[in-house]
Amino acid sequence: MIDWVAQIGARTISKIAATGRAGLMLFGAIFALPQLKNIRLTIQQIYVVGVQSLLIIIVSGLFIGMVMALQGYTILVDYGAEGSLGPMVALSLLRELGPVVTALLFAGRAGSALTAEIGLMKATEQLSSLEMMAVDPLRRVVAPRFWAGMISMPMLALIFSAVGILGGHFVGVDWLGVDAGSYWSIMQATVDWNEDVVNGIIKSVVFATVVTWIAIFKGYDAIPTSEGISKATTETVVFSSLAVLGLDFVLTAIMFGIE
Amino acid sequence: MDNLVTIKNMTFKRGSRTIYNDISLNVPRGKITAVMGPSGIGKTTLLKLIGGQLTPDSGTVEFNGKNVHAISRNQLFELRRDMSMLFQSGALFTDISVFDNVAFPLREHTHLSESVIKSLVALKLQAVGLRGAANLMPSELSGGMARRAALARAIALDPKLIMFDEPFAGQDPISMGVLVKLIRALNDSLGVTSIVVTHDVTEVLTIADYVYILAEQKIIGEGTPEQIQQSESDLVQQFLQGKADGPVPFHFSAPDLSEQLLGASS
Repeated sequence: MIDWVAQIGARTISKIAATGRAGLMLFGAIFALPQLKNIRLTIQQIYVVGVQSLLIIIVSGLFIGMVMALQGYTILVDYGAEGSLGPMVALSLLRELGPVVTALLFAGRAGSALTAEIGLMKATEQLSSLEMMAVDPLRRVVAPRFWAGMISMPMLALIFSAVGILGGHFVGVDWLGVDAGSYWSIMQATVDWNEDVVNGIIKSVVFATVVTWIAIFKGYDAIPTSEGISKATTETVVFSSLAVLGLDFVLTAIMFGIE
Repeated sequence: MDNLVTIKNMTFKRGSRTIYNDISLNVPRGKITAVMGPSGIGKTTLLKLIGGQLTPDSGTVEFNGKNVHAISRNQLFELRRDMSMLFQSGALFTDISVFDNVAFPLREHTHLSESVIKSLVALKLQAVGLRGAANLMPSELSGGMARRAALARAIALDPKLIMFDEPFAGQDPISMGVLVKLIRALNDSLGVTSIVVTHDVTEVLTIADYVYILAEQKIIGEGTPEQIQQSESDLVQQFLQGKADGPVPFHFSAPDLSEQLLGASS
């Protein structure tokens, strides 16, 4: 019984210590703003986590927009409201699916890669060698990746939504015959810049912070063995996905909740 | 004697396990000091304690007269510019070429022009015999070459101290010979102080000026290679001669075999 209590205590202390380390790392990464010298590193990371994620984001956005138009049309047409297909697709994408699905895809595509890369740098003593060369790994490795994630993900979410709206147009207008004028004009009249677009961007920024933070911390804190890195990579995807879905509910309640 | 590194009454624990119990040692300036001992007794840990990557539970570690663990992070980073470490794996950055790896500390810590850096890197690589491999990626190097490239990076900023972590582990006889020659030659020509952590007795005794043997959380023997070889300690002799059994038992501590087997069958 005492052993059991001691085990719970040890695990609790270990979790609190890990949270503390993660907090310190986030603090260090935020305040280690990319120096002029390291801007090149941040741009390089934007290419790795952002540009190289474009394909999966564009293809997913296109198909999700197409499926939404197809599903939406079959429901709206019964009420003669197929003209509202445009705003339905746009609002769903800008408010919810754009930020959330992008964050989930980003966690799977870029987050896991960040964890594995940093974990392997730790396992091969590259992080230790940086420290011994008097180069702060937080500034050199963590900060460029953190800021690259923060910059890339909101952009990817906007691209996802834009491509999704085009996908909806292909299916709704070009295939199912919804009037192009009503698709675009009702969308233009309905979508509010602050309430829909800006709130979606805010969601993306929050998700970007959480996903990138988890990914980098899990790599930095990984046990430097093949099993440890594998576990850290899995945890990045699982924890990021759960955090994104949970936070999405909280943010939606704050932004669009019933007053 | 003038010492570059001085460790006084240092105790270090990992959790409840004591790695070092009140040890003291000195590393004389300009000499090669070998630290030997069986695997897993914390030789690499000792280097990390000297480099300030780990903090002792008690005692002090001084480098060039400064207590490594009583200074700020910025001061520690300043201090580390005078020391370098050759990691067991080499720890080369795998996404950049050998040239860029060696140029890395120069680009980080100096404002030298690219042409000067190019010349310096060529000289450092020449010193380790890898000038022709400058444009290769670390994945294209053999284990021995990777360690030599890492050595070129370690001497890029002309440090006062180079710490070698198991430099001979897993090397073929030729690579080992090359590394032994390089460590001695670099020590003599650059006037640096070297700490070589290893369990390769034969190789290190040929180049070391002073030797410490660690076991059972403390220093069990020290002296010049000649003094060490003549040591009367059974533990030291077991280590030097590579005897399978002795004061360090062959069997890890376990209950009596017959008791265990009979207990299992009953």
